Amino acid sequence: MTETAFFDALLVVTMIGLAIWMIVVRDVFAAIVGFMAFGLLLSLGWLRIEAPDVGLTEIAVGGGATGVMLLRARGLARAGDAMNSVPSVPFRILVGVLAGAVALFLGALVVFPPAVAPTLAPLAAEHLASTGVGNPITAVLMAYRAFDTFLETVVVLLALIGVWSLTPDGAWGARPRVASADVPAPLLLLAQWLVPLGIVIGIYITWVGADEPGGKFQGATILAAMWMLVMMAGLRPAPALSSRRLRIALVVGPAIFIAIGVSGFHFAGAFLAYPDGLAKPLILAIEAGLLISIAAMLGMLLAGPPLEGDRP
Amino acid sequence: MTAFLNLAAFVVLLGVAIGLVRVLRGPSRADRLMAVQLLGSGSVGACLLLAFAGGRFAFIDIALTLALLAAFAAIAFSLSALDSGREGEIGGPES
Amino acid sequence: MSLLADLFTVAAVTLGLVFFVAGTVGIIRFPDSLSRLHALTKADNLGLGFIVLGLLPQCAGVFDALKLVFIWLLVQFAGATGAQLVARVLRREERP
Repeated sequence: MTETAFFDALLVVTMIGLAIWMIVVRDVFAAIVGFMAFGLLLSLGWLRIEAPDVGLTEIAVGGGATGVMLLRARGLARAGDAMNSVPSVPFRILVGVLAGAVALFLGALVVFPPAVAPTLAPLAAEHLASTGVGNPITAVLMAYRAFDTFLETVVVLLALIGVWSLTPDGAWGARPRVASADVPAPLLLLAQWLVPLGIVIGIYITWVGADEPGGKFQGATILAAMWMLVMMAGLRPAPALSSRRLRIALVVGPAIFIAIGVSGFHFAGAFLAYPDGLAKPLILAIEAGLLISIAAMLGMLLAGPPLEGDRP
Repeated sequence: MTAFLNLAAFVVLLGVAIGLVRVLRGPSRADRLMAVQLLGSGSVGACLLLAFAGGRFAFIDIALTLALLAAFAAIAFSLSALDSGREGEIGGPES
Repeated sequence: MSLLADLFTVAAVTLGLVFFVAGTVGIIRFPDSLSRLHALTKADNLGLGFIVLGLLPQCAGVFDALKLVFIWLLVQFAGATGAQLVARVLRREERP
């Protein structure tokens, strides 16, 4: 199968080259473009090592969400004059040493792998049928390690609160400004056509995640991107941070998760244990709630904190 | 067929890599924006070819997501470039 | 029948690759940003179109084929809008 070897070698070389360029280039905007490009190439890499769920997440998060988030952070930093502060040389050396150590460690793991790879994969695959889903990734995320997924969702919520804490005092609870002053007409057209399709695709990816690559996180990122598109095109303003509907949307996912988890004590003997036969509908309920909440969280993370206090 | 499609994916990736070198070097911000476009269509092409080469039809959904999110990223980056252009810091490598 | 389908796939994908490579050559050789943008959006998207066309006979079912067409339409639409926006950025950069 040497044809794929060509592809893989080229992919690796391009990614390494891009990574070096990203660090060396002086223009921050260019580096962020490079970062997004790197994410897209990396997702191809995940596909090549037969990890399509990770590839899908890489596209959604690395290619879409993180790149845009860095852009908006750069915009905020420029507004607050933080771009002129350069990190000190000792700090940069420290970061370099740490990054190098991690890279060496990972390289050593690949070159000298442990004799018997520690893995629970066969055990997980064996009990897949009882979880009610066909995709082993989804089974791990929502059935075997649902607790981790729950904590991760709460972490994203905490990150959002952290971003909100950047709001200047007078602007607390106001709307973040997302749309630019004049919106190009092609963008308006694209937003009106693409967003409904994007929403359908987002829900489709979530639904299909039960048995194929996909799931609520990737679907939520797609929905958040579409919402961001709506806000960027000026079709709808960003919600005010004090809006009750926004806050309910943010909390509904973790709330359902907690409710089902606590009732797991009563019905099946442990936190987040699903009673027999009810696994699939419970997972669906959690996923539906999480879809709304994570989409709202990511969308608001992308929108950032409000800068002026134009209270609604 | 499998070998052919894998080779085709390689050619597409080669095009993307070579295009990237030129486009990321380009001094203007608009040049760099084109990297997003290039990667978008290129990786969708490569992903689809890989999907059919390996019989992994699930990759089609991934290509769909790629297309959607590359479009979103291209727009977001362009708008950001337009906005910072307006703030008076036009062109120039330093930002 | 399957042989015909395979021949069509090889032909269409090869044509797509030709356009794609032509687009890449355009990107490296054209003198200014605007023409590079042109090469990128027109030639590369056309190449993708032919690749999608070529892969259609290899699909397992109608749903997959529809997805392929939909992907191509999406890339076209997004590419057209993206090109407009990049051109605007270019125009703004040229006005000092």
